[in-house]
Amino acid sequence: MNSLTRNETRALARTVLELDVNNHAGVMSHVCGLFSRRAYNVEGILCMPVGMGSTSRIWLMVNEDGRLDQMVKQLEKLEDVLAVRRHGTEHEVFERLEEFFR
Amino acid sequence: MPSTPTENLTGAQIVVRLLERQGVRRVSGIPGGAILPLYDAMSKSSKIEHVLARHEQGAGFIAQGIARASGEVGVCMASSGPGATNLLTAIADAKLDSIPLIAITGQVPRPMIGTDAFQEVDTYSLSIPITKHNFLVGSAEELLEVIPRAFRLAASGRPGPVLIDIPKDVQNEVVSVTEWPEPGKAEPTAAPDADLIARAAEMINAADRPLLYLGGGVVHSGASAEAVAFAEKLSLPTVMTLMALGTMPVDHPLSLGMLGMHGARCTNLLLDECDLLIAIGARFDDRATGKVAAFCPQAKIVHIDIDPSELGKIKAAHVGVQGDVKTVLKQLAPKTFACLRKDWLTRVAEVKADHPLRMPGVDDPRTPYGLIRAVAESVDDEATICTDVGQHQMWVAQAYPLRRERQWLTSGGLGTMGFGLPAAIGAALAEPERTVVCFSGDGSILMNIQEFATAAEEGANVKVVLMNNASLGLVFQQQTLFYGERIYASKYKGVPDFLTVAKGFGWETVDLDAAPDARAALRDAMSHRGPTLIHASIDMREQVLPMVAPGASNKDMIGG
Ligand SMILES: Cc1ncc(C[n+]2csc(CCOP(=O)(O)OP(=O)(O)O)c2C)c(N)n1
Repeated sequence: MNSLTRNETRALARTVLELDVNNHAGVMSHVCGLFSRRAYNVEGILCMPVGMGSTSRIWLMVNEDGRLDQMVKQLEKLEDVLAVRRHGTEHEVFERLEEFFR
Repeated sequence: MPSTPTENLTGAQIVVRLLERQGVRRVSGIPGGAILPLYDAMSKSSKIEHVLARHEQGAGFIAQGIARASGEVGVCMASSGPGATNLLTAIADAKLDSIPLIAITGQVPRPMIGTDAFQEVDTYSLSIPITKHNFLVGSAEELLEVIPRAFRLAASGRPGPVLIDIPKDVQNEVVSVTEWPEPGKAEPTAAPDADLIARAAEMINAADRPLLYLGGGVVHSGASAEAVAFAEKLSLPTVMTLMALGTMPVDHPLSLGMLGMHGARCTNLLLDECDLLIAIGARFDDRATGKVAAFCPQAKIVHIDIDPSELGKIKAAHVGVQGDVKTVLKQLAPKTFACLRKDWLTRVAEVKADHPLRMPGVDDPRTPYGLIRAVAESVDDEATICTDVGQHQMWVAQAYPLRRERQWLTSGGLGTMGFGLPAAIGAALAEPERTVVCFSGDGSILMNIQEFATAAEEGANVKVVLMNNASLGLVFQQQTLFYGERIYASKYKGVPDFLTVAKGFGWETVDLDAAPDARAALRDAMSHRGPTLIHASIDMREQVLPMVAPGASNKDMIGG
């Protein structure tokens, strides 16, 4: 996180991205690298295997930014990313996690 | 999968067999400990020829030269650690110019990964941002899936480099193979959206001053003929990016040549006047657009590209069509109305006459433009033209009469000095019937000069035209223009005797400075097969003009 305070950051519009990905060691690097090399901060990240474990689901919380459409297109281009869904801030996955960060 | 008798094979043998099945005839590389099992297996192949480069970056660019000249997937190899890191520049270069390339690297055995073993680097992580996709292979079995998939990925959609990192124990692991996978080939691209094509046609039919903007995607799609026919039907003045040169012959009446930083004044000025820009397989690179906000300020934009992430990336398109550009052009053309566009073409002719590309000295072979034209006169359109990076590259882009798709090989996106010689070697090996001319500078040539040995060994028909200005010319020019003439670290105090150097590598040489008749000397040099260095001195103060300062708008050109 950058120098914004927790409250300031919260005031920014947020988007939650839900990704279905192949489950192997390199996928997280591919996904995070897309953001980090564009200096695009990922505020929250969550990843768990799905079903039999051949795929995983990654949840990303990112700030709304003019570049977000481009980021989603870039994510969709990744060979190991099977699907990308966009949710608004109202999505509860990160909210439920809040209690672990108190 | 066609079934065959069961064979027990090592991972290395599987790789070789899969490469053979892909139809790969030539790979370039340098062996080392972690890839020796693969080299040992390759030594038994009668179908694959190995080109031994003298530096892995050279191997990467040789493979790129093969890919750029032929359109096929190029394959290069390196050992772990320094071998792999030496390849990275050539891989990054392939990424930025969308060149289909497979890089196979050896890795330390799986149990040693992560232990800082001898010659261990994390090749997988290093290559993530510079590849289209990459693999760290976990078992010999996996190779049966990974290798064809890598070829499919490299060639499909927007082409690009794919890296396959194979631990040494995986290369040695024996598995039984009962079935071979189909070779990986480019997948057909999804059909373009008919509604969007109809809307694009409407906009094109309604435009008064449309302009066609062709990019490297036209070359990748093999769509030059379609693009030229489209321009002719609709009387579209046409600009090309550096990567697209050759797609429309420069002397075609509709051609305005290259746009952007070193484009002709008329070209950049006309872009300012167009009311519709039809971008095909082009990505609005900053070297082409200058300051984006000031690029084609009056124009609506139709953007056609195979990569959906390019649509709207730099400039919002009024209509963005995703698809293979050849397919799109074939569907779009019948929906447009032929027209002569007299007013617009008259205006174009006027601006062309008032602000042509000025090429001082073009008739004198001892000036940059004159030399390039004299070289062009000494070969025909079948010759392949390759460059390094710097002033010489831009002079050639401006002045060489390129007339053929894949005639032109240059490092556009990454702008890598050292690209020229090894890429020219690859092109010459891929198409031995052609003469490959490589224009280089005294800075660039030194970046991969060791490949002189490879060219001599292979007898590659490469003619290096070394434009020696005893400086890093393009840097010298920028310091002259934008840094108050403070020339720093761009002038060489010591210049090698390149003719002697080349002779030492077993090359033929031509000293153009000493030749009484430069044109005759060039013709003579081109008439013999085999590697030849043609050396010409160039005045250090010569500049490539016009020039748009980095970040400035294209209409603010300096000089020319
Ligand atoms: C590998 C690499 N390092 C640095 C640069 C920056 N650079 C661009 S052009 C240039 C000078 C090229 O000199 P030379 O090859 O002699 O060609 P000239 O401009 O003199 O024709 C330099 C240093 C680059 N493009 N590539």
